[in-house]
Amino acid sequence: MNFVNQLAEKGTAIIPMPLQIKAAHVLYKAKTKLGIYKEFPEFVEAPIPDVSTLAIEDVDVSNPFLYRQDRWESYFKRLRDECPVHYQKNSAFGPFWSVTRYDDILFVDKNHKLFSSEPFIVIGKAPDELAVEMFIAMDPPKHDVQRAAVQGAVAPKNLKEMEGLIRERTRDVLDKLPLNRPFNWVEDVSIELTSRMLATLLDFPYENRRKLVYWSDLAGGGTESTGGLNDSDELFRGMVDMSRHFSRLWYDKKARAATGERAGFDLITLLQSNDETRDLINRPLEFLGNLALLIVGGNDTTRNSMTGGVFALNRFPDEFTKLKNDPSLITNMVSEIIRWQTPLAHMRRVATQDVELNGQVIKKGDKVVMWYASGNRDERAIDQPEQFIIDRKNARNHLSFGFGVHRCMGNRLAELQLRILWEELLARFDRIDVIGEPEYVQSNFVRGYSKMIVKLTAKPTEA
Amino acid sequence: MGSITFIEHDGAEHAVEIETGKSLMQIAMNNGVPGIDADCGGEAACGTCHVIVDGDWIAATGKAGDEELQMLDMTPDRAPTSRLACQIIATDAMDGLVARLPEFQM
Repeated sequence: MNFVNQLAEKGTAIIPMPLQIKAAHVLYKAKTKLGIYKEFPEFVEAPIPDVSTLAIEDVDVSNPFLYRQDRWESYFKRLRDECPVHYQKNSAFGPFWSVTRYDDILFVDKNHKLFSSEPFIVIGKAPDELAVEMFIAMDPPKHDVQRAAVQGAVAPKNLKEMEGLIRERTRDVLDKLPLNRPFNWVEDVSIELTSRMLATLLDFPYENRRKLVYWSDLAGGGTESTGGLNDSDELFRGMVDMSRHFSRLWYDKKARAATGERAGFDLITLLQSNDETRDLINRPLEFLGNLALLIVGGNDTTRNSMTGGVFALNRFPDEFTKLKNDPSLITNMVSEIIRWQTPLAHMRRVATQDVELNGQVIKKGDKVVMWYASGNRDERAIDQPEQFIIDRKNARNHLSFGFGVHRCMGNRLAELQLRILWEELLARFDRIDVIGEPEYVQSNFVRGYSKMIVKLTAKPTEA
Repeated sequence: MGSITFIEHDGAEHAVEIETGKSLMQIAMNNGVPGIDADCGGEAACGTCHVIVDGDWIAATGKAGDEELQMLDMTPDRAPTSRLACQIIATDAMDGLVARLPEFQM
């Protein structure tokens, strides 16, 4: 039981949520100072050696620079071929198993009774004081109840209502882009579009939408959780700000509903109108956790697929020609982009009992990491996996959304956003050229771009 | 050889020949029946080949197993005779079976 939980039990109605987190931060700093918590070392980037020079037990795919240095494919290929269920006992995140082949990943993902999602779904951990509760990191039956409460917001029925709005906002962003002049695609398109989408989904004040991106980046980019750049102090401060804004939004929505305002399709409204979650505000850890989950889920993923698609079509220019000749391939291409990019590299589980998997015995309590990025390049399951093929057969069968009860809830929304983006891009631009090399995020979880310079050429006007 | 009929949400009917031993999902895909996504390729791990078996035909197909129910429980259009088409293996006894497709797969 941690400090926030104890406070929560004593009556959250009395102590505002931001103050609780501040108090937890004080405690965390004190414990770190006293040496109760070991300070987590910063990652310093060094050149990653060729994988063939290493003993198999020294292969460590938790290195947060593996993607940036373009070593990830060779590292995972070696594991898939030589040691598909691999134990690394000395990583910065402690010992962990890597599951690298498509079929084995499917097995782990499907068997939630053997492999628990609690307490975290990333390789590392968050500070104990910030052990927020999100349904992605819960097992059934609690998971099912909480997921069901919010699923409606991103269910296809709701999306049909939203398609027009998404298209309008996408057009607005694209119409303002410069022609024949280089600009940062990540900032001006990918982040801008995803922040607009998040603000729409939450009915969050539109002018503050970049805050959602910032909080989401904080929550997903901790050094101790994923090898990212953010330290825990920054995380605490961000969560205080986030809880303040979300509490305000919650009470504001409640007040508006009380005056008889027509209910919207946003997530907060859905939470407030479901019996299981209408008092979620009184359970601060769950409240914050689930909102954080929803913004993280809709942020890095779609953003980096928006960038990754442009990058892939530049690396495979024949595919761009193919696409221009037959825009009906967009739907299939969207699945291929999500496979090729695999915006989230992994999900973590903990074995609930001893399990034999592909010749290895995983012990009860061991950490098990499913590397979706590797499974999506598994030659055993996918033909020419390193190639980007927009009309690939069975492109939908990728691992990027996960499988089983934790399968990505927003997958249809993601596909819709990407489809609309590409429909609108093809309607406007003849060329979308990537200039130079993109810059990559430091993480073993998010496979993302921090910067990618693009130059657009308009379609010739028809006479 | 008998046939199975898939009925889309908008009422469009697709009568397809039974291929004994194949799953209803595979048969639908082989015949280009729209409205089935089959994202996991037949592992009961995604819930996107959801069909609602018509009337008494549930006796011929049998009810959903535990693994299948987990996925079905998360689909928005869940009905008492919901099944995942990938978990129904076609037999000659299914001649005349009708399976309705939900409006959306999720």
